[in-house]
Amino acid sequence: MSSRTRAPFALVAPALVASVLSLVPVWYLFQTAFTSGFAAVVDELFQSRTLQLVLRSLLLMVTVTSASVVIGVFAAWVVARSPLRPRLLLIIAFSLSLAIPSYLAAFAWVSWIPGISGFLGAFIVLTFVCYPFVMLPVIASMDISDPMSEKVALSLGRTPFGVFRTVTLGQSRPAITGGALLVALYVLSDFGAVAAMRYEVFTWVIYGAYRAGFNPSRAAILSTVLLMAALVLTLIEARVRSTRDTFRLGSGVRRATNIQFGIPARIATITGAVLLVALGAGVPIWRAIYWTGFDSSNQVQWDVVISSIATSFGIGIVTSVVTALVALPIALLSARYRGRASQILEGSTYVAHALPGIVIAISIVYLGIRTLRPLYQEMPLLILAQVLIFLPLAVASMRSAIAMSTQSLEHVARSLGAGSMMTLLRVTIPLALPGIMAAGALSMLSSVKELPATLLLRPTGTETLATQIWKFSSVSDYASVGPFALAMILLAVVPVAVLTATTRHGVAR
Amino acid sequence: MTLSLSIRDVSHHYGDRLVLDSVNLDVPQRSITAIIGPSGVGKTTLLRLIGGFEAPDKGRIEVEGEVVAENSRLIIPPQSRGVTIVPQDGALFSHLTVGGNVAFGLKNRRSTAARARVTEVLEIVGLAQYEKHRPSQLSGGMQQRVALARALAPHPRVVLLDEPFAALDAGLREQVRDETVRALRATNATAIWVTHDQEEALSTADQVAVMLGGRMQQIANPATLYQYPISQHVAEFVGDVFVIAGTSVGAGNHVQCALGDAVPIANACPAGPVNIVVRPEQLTIVPEGAVGSVPVQIVGSKFFGHDGVIEGTLSTGERVVIRLQADQLPQVGSRVGVTTRGMLLAYTD
Repeated sequence: MSSRTRAPFALVAPALVASVLSLVPVWYLFQTAFTSGFAAVVDELFQSRTLQLVLRSLLLMVTVTSASVVIGVFAAWVVARSPLRPRLLLIIAFSLSLAIPSYLAAFAWVSWIPGISGFLGAFIVLTFVCYPFVMLPVIASMDISDPMSEKVALSLGRTPFGVFRTVTLGQSRPAITGGALLVALYVLSDFGAVAAMRYEVFTWVIYGAYRAGFNPSRAAILSTVLLMAALVLTLIEARVRSTRDTFRLGSGVRRATNIQFGIPARIATITGAVLLVALGAGVPIWRAIYWTGFDSSNQVQWDVVISSIATSFGIGIVTSVVTALVALPIALLSARYRGRASQILEGSTYVAHALPGIVIAISIVYLGIRTLRPLYQEMPLLILAQVLIFLPLAVASMRSAIAMSTQSLEHVARSLGAGSMMTLLRVTIPLALPGIMAAGALSMLSSVKELPATLLLRPTGTETLATQIWKFSSVSDYASVGPFALAMILLAVVPVAVLTATTRHGVAR
Repeated sequence: MTLSLSIRDVSHHYGDRLVLDSVNLDVPQRSITAIIGPSGVGKTTLLRLIGGFEAPDKGRIEVEGEVVAENSRLIIPPQSRGVTIVPQDGALFSHLTVGGNVAFGLKNRRSTAARARVTEVLEIVGLAQYEKHRPSQLSGGMQQRVALARALAPHPRVVLLDEPFAALDAGLREQVRDETVRALRATNATAIWVTHDQEEALSTADQVAVMLGGRMQQIANPATLYQYPISQHVAEFVGDVFVIAGTSVGAGNHVQCALGDAVPIANACPAGPVNIVVRPEQLTIVPEGAVGSVPVQIVGSKFFGHDGVIEGTLSTGERVVIRLQADQLPQVGSRVGVTTRGMLLAYTD
């Protein structure tokens, strides 16, 4: 039960300012969309090419989501129920592809099988990037569900597959639904994979309309449509999640279903798992090594590689520090105080979560052009865009870290004479510090991987790892991409994998 | 007698549910008050109100004569009340050492006086040598004692203990409970202690408050509460009882029932039908047919080691329970005579 005491003003003020500011870019987006009048908007929307765009986006969303559910449930089952071990290694291996930037994976596939470009390529790449969104919550739900119910079903005469279909899947359904919605949201907002595969869905067309330059309102109008679609998905996701939280059972004994496992089933499971890791994470890693090692016709310019790494990390560090500072008051408020203010905050976090990176980038561009002209294509605006993109995730992970420690600790501190701000500083924040640090690290790694905002907003002449990969790959100069891709994998993928492993480990205990 | 805490007509709702209904309670200085009642009866809510984590919808709470909350107004916030808490799970700060936890509520934590106080309180709970340890290095019972030391260190006006031993296993529980009482007495603390274990309450508290259904049913010292429960509900909650039917006779201080024609009762009752509440230790076994005894058919027997309980039926078919020394348990199926001792309790509903 959360306390009914009032939130301290020192917390409410910065949180409200931050969440209002995070919605300012959206305002600019709407303004730009409607500059040429309402009729122009209608005209733009009801064109056959817009309809085609909607259909293509829908097709990609539905196919990737379905495939991710199938693969994600399989991977979760391998981790939580199959006799394959060790569990932690499996989770890391299956999560690796989530950490690889979608544009890097896409370029890896295209460079290997050029004919894959288009829908098929986008479908394959996005599925491998997205299935962990389904896998992770399903593992959690399989872990907390009582394996006894599966044994009961077996004893009632169901076949092992029948048990899986009716009991295991049935109990995981809320988790699957939640994961599927996250996948759909990701597909809608992804820029890298569809851009690399040149498959014309919203994000790629928005980018094109902006680059073409002669029609700024088209980019804004399409962004608004994308925003609306993403918002609907986010609201549904929030609803599903709130019902899922009450679904948790008490802490029973988990693990240990000794379903009989024949040799053929064992071979099939191992083959499936190996194939999944090989195609998901293996292909990009192999291509990056291959580009660097065997395909280098020209000399690697290590100084350029190192300066790109330095730039990426410089932006990443500033972004993560600012993100953490802005996210902390919001997370504290929504984890600890129920009231009008925290509800508004939570609502605005959901809206911000719905904003695809390209939409935020475009709206910051308009903000720069119209109001902050001196800052346009300067570092502060790029940082601002990235902070807005990563804020919702940082708030969410900080909030769960804060919510993890029981509130009785704060009551004890209050009873011992600490005021509400003092309690935050001396108890709540120190206890949540690992979670806060993890959120910061996650924002930094995301910043290193981030592409669309960096492409649109970076100062002229500034090159990061992401833009270098983009620059050389889009002209198929893979020999030059190699070292950047390898550096990206080492610097972004490895830490993300470690982070996933350690946080998962904590949950499993 | 100075009051450390006074609760006047406090009512509180959660949504539509009335959790506390006009509760009154006075807690004298340097006393231990136990609040007992089944779970979900509002005990923890009452502690939250005393601690200041919520304001009562109605009524007034005074700490040492100072009004701290009244009619949904939180007048003094938790940090300024001088009311400390020992939560159920201990809730130690895992980022601080044992010493850091105990020092948390002290002013000028780095001063010599504060350090001396930490050592002093840790000595009282018997954990002086663990000052530099992390809470995670201590056993559950030790953690609970640190939580107590932390609550006692700043010389609070009242200490609240919310089922402080519920998480400990039976053997440890008794030991930690005894140490807690010793520490509370040694520091002259005023304590309010919530529990659903009536044995714990009877054996440790100066006064026991029984809560049922959001109402304070009876507040009395343990012996009075046990001997003169105010209602059948309270009698049934405090100690073991069984109930048989009877009639109040004479001047209202005897009853007629299957246990005898004129059995004395502790509480006067108007003439007429009554429920008679009997404690198992109030029956004595004698040979069948002995003068003044009634026959009982033994139908069940439970052996507890130090004593035992047998179950029997009276001539009316009513069930009786008798507590005996373990070596005196009669055979199941045999017949014995039974006489009553002391005064029984009788209630009209």
